[in-house]
Amino acid sequence: MKILVAVKRVVDYAVKIRVKPDKTGVDTQNVKMSMNPFCEIALEEALRIKEAGFAKEVVAVSIGPPQCVDTLRTGLAMGADRGIHVEANSSFLPLTIAKILKSLADVENPGLIFLGKQAIDDDCNQTGQMVAALLGWPQATFASKVVVLDKDKQFATVDREVDGGLETLSVDLPAVITTDLRLNQPRYATLPNIMKAKSKPIKKMTLEDLKVDIKSDIEIVEVTEPPKRKSGVIVSSVDELIDKLKNEAHVV
Amino acid sequence: MACKVTEFGAVREVWAGFSLGHETCCSLRNRVDSTKTQRFVIGCQQENAAFPYPDTGVILTFQLSLLFLVVVELITNIFFGKRELDVSAGGRKRIMMMIRRWRRSGDFLRSACKSLTSLRQKHNSMSPSVSGFVNRYESKGKTFESNAWNDHNRELDHHSCVGGNLWMMQQYKSFGSSSSSASKLQRNPLFSSLEPRDVSFFNEILGGEKYVVQDEERLETANTDWMHKYKGSSKLMLLPKTTEEVSQILKYCDSRSLAVVPQGGNTGLVGGSVPVFDEVIINVGLMNKVLSFDEVSGVLVCEAGCILENLATFLDPKGFVMPLDLGAKGSCHIGGNVSTNAGGLRLIRYGSLHGTVLGLEAVTANGNVLDMLGTLRKDNTGYDLKHLFIGSEGSLGIVTKVSILTQPKMSSVNLAFIACKDFLSCQKLLVEAKRNLGEILSAFEFLDNNSMDLVLNHLDGVRNPVSSSENFYILIETTGSGETYDREKLEAFLLKSLEQGLVSDGVIAQDINQASSFWRIREGITEALQKAGAFYKYDLSLPVEEIYNIVNDLRGRLGDLANVMGYGHLGDGNLHLNISASEYNDKLLGLIEPYVYEWTSKHRGSISAEHGLGVMKANEIFYSKSPETVALMVSIKKLLDPKGILNPYKVLPHSFFSP
Repeated sequence: MKILVAVKRVVDYAVKIRVKPDKTGVDTQNVKMSMNPFCEIALEEALRIKEAGFAKEVVAVSIGPPQCVDTLRTGLAMGADRGIHVEANSSFLPLTIAKILKSLADVENPGLIFLGKQAIDDDCNQTGQMVAALLGWPQATFASKVVVLDKDKQFATVDREVDGGLETLSVDLPAVITTDLRLNQPRYATLPNIMKAKSKPIKKMTLEDLKVDIKSDIEIVEVTEPPKRKSGVIVSSVDELIDKLKNEAHVV
Repeated sequence: MACKVTEFGAVREVWAGFSLGHETCCSLRNRVDSTKTQRFVIGCQQENAAFPYPDTGVILTFQLSLLFLVVVELITNIFFGKRELDVSAGGRKRIMMMIRRWRRSGDFLRSACKSLTSLRQKHNSMSPSVSGFVNRYESKGKTFESNAWNDHNRELDHHSCVGGNLWMMQQYKSFGSSSSSASKLQRNPLFSSLEPRDVSFFNEILGGEKYVVQDEERLETANTDWMHKYKGSSKLMLLPKTTEEVSQILKYCDSRSLAVVPQGGNTGLVGGSVPVFDEVIINVGLMNKVLSFDEVSGVLVCEAGCILENLATFLDPKGFVMPLDLGAKGSCHIGGNVSTNAGGLRLIRYGSLHGTVLGLEAVTANGNVLDMLGTLRKDNTGYDLKHLFIGSEGSLGIVTKVSILTQPKMSSVNLAFIACKDFLSCQKLLVEAKRNLGEILSAFEFLDNNSMDLVLNHLDGVRNPVSSSENFYILIETTGSGETYDREKLEAFLLKSLEQGLVSDGVIAQDINQASSFWRIREGITEALQKAGAFYKYDLSLPVEEIYNIVNDLRGRLGDLANVMGYGHLGDGNLHLNISASEYNDKLLGLIEPYVYEWTSKHRGSISAEHGLGVMKANEIFYSKSPETVALMVSIKKLLDPKGILNPYKVLPHSFFSP
């Protein structure tokens, strides 16, 4: 079985982002970019399934500018077998990505597609679900535990974290699974693996190869910062506090 | 002279001293002076194992009786003796002798009983250092054999063992070297004590009680250092808001001979930021404004009370970083950093504060404000006095403003965590890193296996990035402007080292989160040490080849007694040697000091690479500096601070300043 893992190159989680002055988006010049944390978890899970013997190959896919190759190299250094880079000059919305992944799935025929539940730059939480719908495959989102019972039975048991608690699903393979935070702790990319990754292939593909229509019905009009929180006031005594609560905040 | 026998054996001896006359008293004094008050205590035999706690009232009574007797002696000599009141030199000398005898007895009693009745309030579950007590009574082993006493030493809560005499707080608790004269450190009698009129004067110039702190709880924290090893007993903390206020405070304190301690974030590791006795604390924490920042040159001018992390946060959106970074960044003040010439993790890249501080404003002991706040990169006009203040640990002046050159922020930061089999590989790796990573190298730290184990055991959420346990771990950080280029350079360097066998395993952080977890391991060692119990901390500069030899030698010397750890800034040749034991123990201390200092001195290293001397190593300066140099330092100190009110008992050996 082949596992396809989609990874996204995003602004690093720990960076303080700023909105560009022209309000067209977030400033991504000179900021550290890295793999989306949920995608790391997805890749880690795929690797664990492969190490357990249920899959033969893990393929990492990334869609974006040339720098995505760095992200793919990270994926290869973690243990993926090969990478696919789909060249794209602008950033795409989830539906377009889902269409691209569908075309890839038609070509590669994976048994499982792993994605992170959402990307930390747009927080859409849509791509996984859309891919499943386009392919007509079952989906198990927000997975906090994945167990593939065995190759022959061709189904997997997935625990999902939902608002009410944990839901256990049994999904027939091939399926789409999106991963949540508590699924696993991603491994570090060790030096020997980084060395091996240098020889693993990364295939380049273009949108024309995949015959995907990238016209989007959604256009981002403006990106603004949330309103700034007003700073607090330090009061010097309890009396002053009560006075402020009574007269200024009107809550007492 | 009547010999009053009391049940306090110690008292008995003193009495004997008095009645035996001047010569014996002198010999007693000599014994006291030869570093061991304890030795005198050894002399007195205790019959009852349960040593009664002399309380204040008793001490006072005793002293008054002594005074009475001295006076009686004087009067006897004057009126009933065969001679007139002899006011010649010899006579005055005799009177002085008697007064000294009285003083000595008082001092002796105070020091003898101090530890018994002193209290250490413990704030956390870490066992408080009790070696002050142990220092006195368990000296080179022989005094109070009573096991009850030794058990008391180990008790964490002193309240149960002390007779409840709460206000007789010990003024000075000596820790650290038992061979140092810390044990006989006494409050300089030339300093005045705080009086109500002083408090009202401060109230007037600072504008209210908010800035003149006498609240017990706040003083408690201000009096105790970060490691809870050093504790003073100051009764007053001042919070000035402007340089003018600092100047007025110091002018007044100088005129009144009130000793002061400049305090910043109180994160120092050598007891330099807390009072030793009752010095007035001047905390510059309220002077925390950024005055100006030039986005072209990167020069930042700010007040001394700015917290380092806040400055870094201020600079971040502007695209600049502070040229220093240390574990204490969340609490330390830039004024304190400058005054102690702090080093930190990035010294290897940005250099020391002597290079990056372009100017500062300081207030000297007599209230004079020295405006050396230049923002120029080059200014060769006269002697560059700011360097005197950088690293003087607050003993020459209080730094109130700092002008520092910040560095442009580079976006591409990579961090690798590497395991090496032996120290020789670590050294070779350092040489190769400097050559191959060159301009992008920004940090090179190392830690040994014991440190890693300590961190894994005592901190949560930490895991060893390398799967196998090795002898040494190295952190290499690169900072540059080209993401892909830097990454490739680092990977190529590491892979080559892997092939050459210098590196046995390693991991490169993929995002900032992973990088923070690697740094957590290295920066968390100090925290883990605190949680592990008692620790002795040394900060040495040694030639890189020798750095680990001292760790091995000390390990062999201490054997099973304690856990010896070595970690530090390998790139700068700076070792942080730490010895962790379950409790403080004088025997252990005796094995460590002065062995560590002598070893360092023999290899022409520094006994304090970046932590400073503070009160912990003030007397050990000779291990690293020649007597002539120290003598010149003392003259400079006396020139700038004739009364010695700024941070007394620290940095320079006590013998130069005691009356």
